Amino acid sequence: MASDTSRFKTFSRRAALLAGAQGLLTAVLAGRLYYLGVVEADQYEMLAEENRISIRMLAPHRGDIVDRFGETIASNRQDYRVFLIPEQSLDVRLSLQRLGQIIHLTERDLRRVETQIARQRKFLPVTVAQGLSWEDFAKINVSAPDLAGIQPDSGLSRWYPDGPVASQIVGYVGSASEEEMDGDPLLTLPGFKIGKRGVERSYDRILRGRAGSSRVEVNAYGRTIRELGRTEGIPGDQVALTIDMGLQRAIAKRLGEEAAGVVVMDIDTGDIYAHVSTPSYDPNSFNLGISRENWAALLRDPRKPLVDKCISGQYPPGSVFKMVVALAALHHKIITPEKTIYCNGRHRLGDNVWHCWRREGHGAMNMEDALARSCDVYFYTIAHELGIERLAQWAQNFGLGQVFDLEVGGESSGLVPTPGWKIATTGEPWMGGETLNVGIGQGALLATPVQLAVMTARLANGGYMVRPRLVRAIGPDARALPAAPNGGWPKLDFAGDHLAVVRRGMEKVLEYRGTAYRSRLSWNGMTMAGKTGTAQVRRITREMRDNNVKQEDLPWQARHHAWFVAYAPADKPRYACCVLIEHGGGGASAAAPVARDVMAQALERDPAGRPALDQMRRALGAAQMPPGSSFVDD
Amino acid sequence: MSEGYLFAPRKVKRSLPQKLLDLNWLVIAVLILIAGVGVAMLYSVGGGHFDPWARQQAIRFGALFLLMIAIALVDLRFWFQLAYPAFFGALALLIAVEFIGVVGMGGQRWLDLGFMRLQPSEIMKIALVMAMARYYHGLNATQSGQYVRLIPPFLMVLLPMALIVRQPDLGTALMLAAGGMAVLFLAGAPKWLFLGGVLAAAAAVPVAWGFLHDYQQQRILTFVNPESDPLGAGYQIMQSKIALGSGGLTGKGFLMGTQSHLNFLPEMKTDFIFTALAEEFGLVGGMGVIALYLFILAYGFYVAATCRNQFGRLLASGLSLTMFLYVFINVGMVMGILPVVGVPLPMISYGGSAMLTMLTAFGLIFSVSLNRKLVIPKGL
Repeated sequence: MASDTSRFKTFSRRAALLAGAQGLLTAVLAGRLYYLGVVEADQYEMLAEENRISIRMLAPHRGDIVDRFGETIASNRQDYRVFLIPEQSLDVRLSLQRLGQIIHLTERDLRRVETQIARQRKFLPVTVAQGLSWEDFAKINVSAPDLAGIQPDSGLSRWYPDGPVASQIVGYVGSASEEEMDGDPLLTLPGFKIGKRGVERSYDRILRGRAGSSRVEVNAYGRTIRELGRTEGIPGDQVALTIDMGLQRAIAKRLGEEAAGVVVMDIDTGDIYAHVSTPSYDPNSFNLGISRENWAALLRDPRKPLVDKCISGQYPPGSVFKMVVALAALHHKIITPEKTIYCNGRHRLGDNVWHCWRREGHGAMNMEDALARSCDVYFYTIAHELGIERLAQWAQNFGLGQVFDLEVGGESSGLVPTPGWKIATTGEPWMGGETLNVGIGQGALLATPVQLAVMTARLANGGYMVRPRLVRAIGPDARALPAAPNGGWPKLDFAGDHLAVVRRGMEKVLEYRGTAYRSRLSWNGMTMAGKTGTAQVRRITREMRDNNVKQEDLPWQARHHAWFVAYAPADKPRYACCVLIEHGGGGASAAAPVARDVMAQALERDPAGRPALDQMRRALGAAQMPPGSSFVDD
Repeated sequence: MSEGYLFAPRKVKRSLPQKLLDLNWLVIAVLILIAGVGVAMLYSVGGGHFDPWARQQAIRFGALFLLMIAIALVDLRFWFQLAYPAFFGALALLIAVEFIGVVGMGGQRWLDLGFMRLQPSEIMKIALVMAMARYYHGLNATQSGQYVRLIPPFLMVLLPMALIVRQPDLGTALMLAAGGMAVLFLAGAPKWLFLGGVLAAAAAVPVAWGFLHDYQQQRILTFVNPESDPLGAGYQIMQSKIALGSGGLTGKGFLMGTQSHLNFLPEMKTDFIFTALAEEFGLVGGMGVIALYLFILAYGFYVAATCRNQFGRLLASGLSLTMFLYVFINVGMVMGILPVVGVPLPMISYGGSAMLTMLTAFGLIFSVSLNRKLVIPKGL
């Protein structure tokens, strides 16, 4: 028993020691729990909340773009899509491969996704596919746990119901690039699009709206469990354009695949009713990011679908500039309306000879006839007398060389050459012969279709310096706003009877022996006045003149640009119009018939003219327009 | 035989109902309470459903509870006689899993017996304490202090340890070693051994580091600085600390734990169940559960201290210590003061193995308690 007593004593001593050690360790646990749960509780509580609560931005509804009657040009529609967030995917290729087993992904899609991943930061989402069917979308959602980094989403995407018809004005949207990040957190939202071109770009801040937010509880996998609170965003404002989509569509259809630009504007308010540049592109195809090949094709196309020919294209105006020369000459008393100049087909200055487009000459020409038949010799003569300085001043007064800030971007100023400009750019002095070229709208003179539409409008409204506009109103009740009133435009300094002569000349262009007689418009007492123009792209050589080379025989790029400017109705003008057909050959043959059809449409759609036209239609049955071909050239 | 055990006190043969009445029902009530907490927490982490975990855990507890009572009612001399065979049996099973075991989570191996998965390392935790208690029961105080007598217990510890380290299950191996060492210490092994042992262990750290698997090294590095890798290996411990800390003093309320219900907490039904508990019941709840464990473990020491035979003494205290290690390592691990080694919280974590060990241990402790006046001859 003695031994067990001794063993028991040792045991008791050591057991007490171990029990103490256990007590100590338990105290450590208690202390640690106290430290975490009481001392540091606030910090951990915050971390737990951060874990649990995620603030999700809510994209606001992008404002619609509508035409002057409230018809939709750009809107949003429901779309099921899928994103890839590279940062959240361990293996991008694997994720895409798995996704590819659920929905069809082309090689092109994969390449696009890869280039985009390489281009932008890893936490920014890349749209893999959009426009998915509900079935595909549901399948992706079901397999979401196996698709690391793949994020299905349903939202609104931009939709342009008329596709390419107004794309040059409206532009398109796309994901913001690094440079476009302007501090608005919305731009980092998956799939958020901003305006890249046109009105979409220049009015982006108004259309964009303000982000809403949603506080959601998420689990460890980022899945939303429930919404805790939500602040709705503020939708973007509507932007109403001055465009009449009905007219715009009709013109686009009339032009087809021709490389052309047409501007129709209200001569009093400056509202642009139509602004068509063809060929165009479909802005809907930019939604997903256009493929490299398609983009390259757009860039390579000689008819330049990406260029807005109405405001970016600059061309020699040719004979459509002659009204300005005539008016200036009358104003500066260089000539009277009745005085004739004899045209034998050529004009001599020093040792050089300038040819009239009509080799055999026009004979004796007064001002009205010279405009109607577009006699070059008449204008060589008066331009020489006027001199370049005065010509340039008058050109500028009529809108040439001006930028109107139409808020769609890419506006060219054209060029009104002066001696000062020439010495500054080439270092050489102005030659007297160059004034003659400017006198018939050639030489260094360059203008855009919209500038020539403005020129025509200022002739038609009696010399008021109307300025064009494309955006009519901003805000939710845009369509309720009245059109801008005519007024406030400064008047140009010239006599009314001088203008009357020029306008009579323009009327005679569409009368018998006028250059555009074949394209005359005469319905219900409404006629059109206008002017043809043919702008040389290449110098006409002696051989060409001698061999009487026809425009149709030349390659497309070598043909002349065809112009026609017009206003209607001739007696009480409301609309001015400018038609440019790139390499169309001749103003009378290519541009004038288009201008006639455009004007007919504009008048038909005009609220003031509608009742009369409707009555006339009922009386005549379906209206037949004369075929639009002409051998008459200017 | 010798040492005056020839004259054992008059045996009192007790009836079965008498034995049952003599059991400490307060301790049993606390055990049931702990199991109840476990079922409640499994109900909570199961998203407020009895299935799939809570119900199964409750059924398991019911069965193992009966096993505990059965063990308690068996005469202690039977367990005394079973000590060595149990140890060799467990050793044989450990060798068997080397060849036919199934590898599961964290490298632990088990034998699939068809109706249950048997982890021989769990059996060894009990069997080692039994065998060492049996060994030292046969030695007097002087012999217990002799170095040469240390050879058999060292082999008893090192052999299974080596096998378990190979599995590899470092946590269980270290727990086994610590339990064995505690029995050695209590039995009266030379105290210089333990001082030297601590120094030797410190010296062995750099050497041992090289023998660790990459993931084991990673665990220890992560333990030292969990914030260094918040999305990788440090994730578990970071999230666990956030859950514990955000629980605050009184917790977020039953079924209201965000960290556990939103799956931020890893392994919450097994190793990290204490975290889920402290998140929902706070410091008060966590300390309450620790206090419950302390109460039943203190009872183990009380039984040992009042036992009149060395075998019962060492068995009750050794098993109690082993259970303490379980609790301490698990709770210390989820609080970030010990590396994550995959030790469950017995009775509360989902799973049968730890519960089996715990209830077997308490069956034996109760058996010691019922037989505390018994004098067992040295070499029965």
